[in-house]
Amino acid sequence: MSSPGMTGFATLFYKELLRFWKVSFQTVMAPVLTALLYLLVFSHALEQHVEVFDGVRYTSFLIPGLAMMAILQNAFANSSSSLIQSKVTGNIIFTLLAPLSHWEFFLAYVLAAMVRGCAVGLGVIVLTLPFVQLDLHYPLWALLFAVLGSGLLGALGIIAGIWAEKFDQLAAFQNFIILPLTFLSGVFYSIHSLPGFWQTISHFNPFFYMIDGFRFGFFGVSDVSPYFSAAVVATSFFALSLLTLRLLKSGYKLRQ
Amino acid sequence: MARKIGPFSSAASFASIPPAISSCMTAAIEIRDVSKRFGALTALAGIDLDIAEGEFFGLLGPNGAGKTTLINLLAGLSLADSGTLAVMGFDVVNRYRDARRRLGVVPQELVFDPFFTVREALTIQSGYFGIRDNRSWIDEVIHHLDLADKADTNMRALSGGMKRRVLVAQALVHKPPVIVLDEPTAGVDVALRQTLWSFIRKLNRGGHTIVLTTHYLEEAEILCSRIAMLKRGAIVALDSTQNLLNSVSGRRLKLWLKPNELPLALRPMQIAKGEKSFTLKIEDYAEIERVMAELRMAGIAVQELELQQPDLEEVFLQIMSRQ
Ligand SMILES: Nc1ncnc2c1ncn2[C@@H]1O[C@H](COP(=O)(O)OP(=O)(O)OP(=O)(O)O)[C@@H](O)[C@H]1O
Ligand SMILES: [Mg+2]
Repeated sequence: MSSPGMTGFATLFYKELLRFWKVSFQTVMAPVLTALLYLLVFSHALEQHVEVFDGVRYTSFLIPGLAMMAILQNAFANSSSSLIQSKVTGNIIFTLLAPLSHWEFFLAYVLAAMVRGCAVGLGVIVLTLPFVQLDLHYPLWALLFAVLGSGLLGALGIIAGIWAEKFDQLAAFQNFIILPLTFLSGVFYSIHSLPGFWQTISHFNPFFYMIDGFRFGFFGVSDVSPYFSAAVVATSFFALSLLTLRLLKSGYKLRQ
Repeated sequence: MARKIGPFSSAASFASIPPAISSCMTAAIEIRDVSKRFGALTALAGIDLDIAEGEFFGLLGPNGAGKTTLINLLAGLSLADSGTLAVMGFDVVNRYRDARRRLGVVPQELVFDPFFTVREALTIQSGYFGIRDNRSWIDEVIHHLDLADKADTNMRALSGGMKRRVLVAQALVHKPPVIVLDEPTAGVDVALRQTLWSFIRKLNRGGHTIVLTTHYLEEAEILCSRIAMLKRGAIVALDSTQNLLNSVSGRRLKLWLKPNELPLALRPMQIAKGEKSFTLKIEDYAEIERVMAELRMAGIAVQELELQQPDLEEVFLQIMSRQ
């Protein structure tokens, strides 16, 4: 039995899924392709020179990082671009007029972001399987970080989508916050290879823990304990969710 | 409620008198001392308004008067700085789920989701309101709004008037008892306007409360039984349409004369002059006698004569021109 409220949430979730699925060539295929290009270029350039973990080839090392980067970026893109588009075109009022609670709104957007992020991540991994030998020691750890990471970025996407009034403000958010945090999180290297100062800085970057924990799921080795990473990521997700829910409840920039 | 008798009863009072609502009826809409500012601009300054269940109510006012702002507050699209609003007795903030289920809003802006067809948009909108299978009602609404042959067309491919119709349909998917239409006929052709009004009237007869804003005053005059006029965020007139029409002092008497000249004694009454006609303002029918007598004395013959009733436009202009 589902209550009317459940149907409202389910409809919004379904609509958010449809929204990216109807254009899945741009929203899923294109980012998978981008990640594969990164892989091709970096592995070609660095394969001979770098071995991050003992016995793990650089190309293999790179794949989970790139997959996680794609997961995070696409989860963020999904909720943020959906919101800004609805705001700019004005059709956000159809959801604002409806008897949906801030919880339903939040869950629908975050879950849709998770689905898109994980679909892209899965795409990256599946398409590299024929070419690169990849271990998957602890699939549940990998899944946990994929879910938490995409949820966190989905929530961040909602905040950015609420805050931004124009597309270029959203682009700024993406270029000045999301992109540096992902690139400086150890996608392309282990932070142990960094000088001490930068290593310390990296420890304040929540993205580092998402990548490191996700990678642990594959290789069973990581820079920090996966339990610690999971705690950091879960706490960040929780805090960000609380903030997002508060913004939604207050009607900040949505119901002015 | 006592009806005023005859067209020349004294001017109705405005604003100061609360609307006459018999106690047995629930208020469909209750607005109490609502204010809204945008920065330095006061968009609404202490609005009090009750609209009874089953009314066909007109909300009129010039551009920027605050009509849409008031509707947005009612719909929860925007939050009031002070005061309270309720739909069918449910506060729009504290009981927003109950209030929104009972309210259908046709927005002024032509908004749409380019991802969906007409039927998809209506199905999704039903889902937001917790309605799982709404096919038969959606079909009915589509039929009444003459959208049947566009039902599976993408929203992007519709003309402006058709998009407007879909907005009306979207406001009705959950069969709300209170329906607010913010300029629903802007950009809509004559035929559809008729269809739309007969549909809305049917809903009204079925017990739905209708609130309408429009700049076509003849439309409001025909449809609305009661009207509020807004000016710079305040209600400056609130009365039955009939009382408002009666409130305009004076009628107009249009005369075609031979020879084409107005006697000196009548000149002060003249308010307009056409190529072959004069329009005089008269306070009551007795004055027609006086005009005729003057004309006879001056030896001027009346070729044709027309007594013009004031319309809502005149009422509107008169009220808006007051300080
Ligand atoms: N989001 C906003 N930010 C700032 N000012 C606003 C905003 N919305 C409305 N206003 C101002 O509030 C006033 C009332 O606007 P509103 O849209 O309610 O007028 P209206 O009566 O609906 O006019 P119209 O007949 O043109 O639709 C206007 O001066 C408008 O500029
Ligand atoms: Mg308006």
